[in-house]
Amino acid sequence: MKTPLDSIAGTIITGLILTVILYFFLVNFLVKTAA
Amino acid sequence: MELIIVRWLHILAGIIWIGLLYYFNFVQAVAMPKAKADNTAAGITKHIAPLALLWFRWAALVTWIMGAYYLERSGVGIGNAFLLKGPAAAIGIGAWLGTIMLFNVWVLIWPNQKKVLGIVPADDAAKAKAARVAFLASRTNTMLSLPMLFFMITGSAAHGLPLM
Repeated sequence: MKTPLDSIAGTIITGLILTVILYFFLVNFLVKTAA
Repeated sequence: MELIIVRWLHILAGIIWIGLLYYFNFVQAVAMPKAKADNTAAGITKHIAPLALLWFRWAALVTWIMGAYYLERSGVGIGNAFLLKGPAAAIGIGAWLGTIMLFNVWVLIWPNQKKVLGIVPADDAAKAKAARVAFLASRTNTMLSLPMLFFMITGSAAHGLPLM
């Protein structure tokens, strides 16, 4: 079964999307909770 | 001075680890089908890949140990980082991603690459399955390296800089 990780472009795009998701998780949940 | 040296070793080992990860994904994995097609792949699998994997897996371990040591000794605290507490949250996300990547190296990539490269005996079906698992684990690490690097950089700046 093919996945986005089978291509370099898919790997990079998936990594960028995960970065954005984790960043918003950090600023909206972790940092606000701590403040 | 101790912390500067530890941080230096952490980054140095990290460059070796992630540099080789990118070599595997952006160079070797792309070139291998072409090398197999003109019967020149043996040199890569026999001489280059085992040596690259040696540096790769040990650099990964050194990176993690130096990072964990730095977190604890710098006052951030390994516990605070992994529990994503307060100002340790950003570096904590980076630490979690790095830890998942280290697990992938030692538990998924290296044992399966040993079968692929013939370091341990395996039949053709087992080799094909091992190659797929190692490939996906390596690609997963490449994908995770993007947020990992982002949060390592953000985390080290988070004590003084705003996050938005």
